[in-house]
Amino acid sequence: MSLEVALKHRLGSFALDIEFVTHGQVTALFGPSGAGKSSVVAAIAGLWRPQAGRIAVAGRVLTEVPKLFVPPERRRLAVVFQDARLFPHMDVEGNLRFGWRRAAVKADAGEISRIVELLGLGALLKRRTRDLSGGEKSRVALGRALLTTPDMLLLDEPLAALDAARRAEILPYLEKLARELKMPMLYVSHQLDEVARLADEIVVLREGHVTAQGSTFELLTDVDAVAGVPPLGAVFDASVVAHQADGLSRLAFDGGVLFVPALPQAPGTWVRVRLRAEDLMLALEEPHAISANNVLACTIRAVRFAGDHVDVQLVCGATLLVSRITGASAARLGLAPAQAVYAVVKAVTVAREAE
Amino acid sequence: MRRGDERCIFTIVFEPMSDFLSPAESAALWLSLQVSAVAVAAALPFAFLTALLLSRQRFFGAGLVDTAVHLPLVLPPVAVGYLLLVVFGGRGALGVWLWSTLGIRFVFSWTGAALASGLITFPLQVRAIRQALDASDAGLTAAARTLGAGRWDRLVNITVPLALPGIVSGAITAFAASLGEFGAIITFVSNIPGETQTLPLAIYAALQSPGGEVAAARLCALSIGLAIVFVAAANLAAKRIWR
Repeated sequence: MSLEVALKHRLGSFALDIEFVTHGQVTALFGPSGAGKSSVVAAIAGLWRPQAGRIAVAGRVLTEVPKLFVPPERRRLAVVFQDARLFPHMDVEGNLRFGWRRAAVKADAGEISRIVELLGLGALLKRRTRDLSGGEKSRVALGRALLTTPDMLLLDEPLAALDAARRAEILPYLEKLARELKMPMLYVSHQLDEVARLADEIVVLREGHVTAQGSTFELLTDVDAVAGVPPLGAVFDASVVAHQADGLSRLAFDGGVLFVPALPQAPGTWVRVRLRAEDLMLALEEPHAISANNVLACTIRAVRFAGDHVDVQLVCGATLLVSRITGASAARLGLAPAQAVYAVVKAVTVAREAE
Repeated sequence: MRRGDERCIFTIVFEPMSDFLSPAESAALWLSLQVSAVAVAAALPFAFLTALLLSRQRFFGAGLVDTAVHLPLVLPPVAVGYLLLVVFGGRGALGVWLWSTLGIRFVFSWTGAALASGLITFPLQVRAIRQALDASDAGLTAAARTLGAGRWDRLVNITVPLALPGIVSGAITAFAASLGEFGAIITFVSNIPGETQTLPLAIYAALQSPGGEVAAARLCALSIGLAIVFVAAANLAAKRIWR
């Protein structure tokens, strides 16, 4: 699924000049608030007309200023808004049926029940929207969007209005959509943990411009990327090898083995793993008596001084990792490219099952 | 009350009125209800469109339209009646054209009373509907668009239902206010019993005739009762629908 966006717009002192093409199934639009993320979504959805630009989804041109503008109701794109926007004069079922009835390609009974089950909507159907919790509203909004059988799902910070607990409740549903329904998505967020869990590709926006773009794996270990956005850390896929008697699960990745607290996934499953740059310590000799479960043998590829800290890019097998240490530590160890080091992993985050 | 008749709920409720009111007075009551119902129903679509225009569109001259809509509320009703006479009267340009081409005549007719009432109470309907439209989230209409709803689809299935509390309460308020309209009606279509003599005009006529105070008091009591019922209904409607 390709998404081509090129748009230019100037409003007062704010200038938007954005151009990117992505082919990922889940693309994240990442950046701080005010970067222009929502404007991009509105332009793709057709709810906003840029002064100049071209937008195409899967090769179908939707906006081409000035000669073409497909109205939002005929774009076959579904939007999930931050505030859910459920219709208050309909019950949950009425909301779900609204988009389904108007869809160009109607989901059949099997698909409907699959979506209803996947999002756990069965018990909510007769409820009034005002009686729903924030998390339930998000799920209904997701279901309503999916039932239009869209070419692409646009998610405009769908979790931003929720507290941490609700967010943790909804994220697995989004992961299921990406994995089980293979729904192409554009996911807008300023939360890196959400982006790292979901996205194949990341487009970084800042002050109306694209500042970085790439696959999640590459971008998050790119020490030369614009500092701070996004925060660094390796994200890669690993397979569950075995659940050990000592309570740890053994994961294999292209570069070694990781031990993590017992996972629910069966051996053979692929999971997405995230190692934050702050959670990687470096040692010149292999440490033995140490509480950390994971020590990875790596080679330094690049050392980048950034203010009071140093980002060290490491190669471990075919996998890139990043370690963020203090300038003093880097100087004391005398780190340089091509040097062999050991990365001591303080924490591993297993984000989701991978494909 | 007569016995042995075939009686429905309507006659049970309203037949005692014939003991209470004289035939001319009940004619005035029915005429008032008829004039108000027609006035409100005929003005409603225009009021909705005007409210929609003022609430959702930004255009040059919006302030002017807003002012024009409110004029009937602040002008002396007699002035409105006079202006109607100038435009729709026997010598008014529009009046002559309507009579010669369509055979429609407003002067000295109950339809004229309805026209005057509809115009006077128009701002009440526009205000109530506009308030409801302003309060309803425009984001919902945008959401409906992304779900495949076209212009009319959105109007019928999103905008109107969301504005319904305002539409209903506006219509009821306008209906109640229309029952009390006096100045514009008497100026425009005069005070003809059975044709243009609504309740307020009947009260006025009763007060003009010697010994008519009792009849006037009866009609006043009736007006007060009607006003209370309809204002309460309007408030209830605004509260209950979709809440």
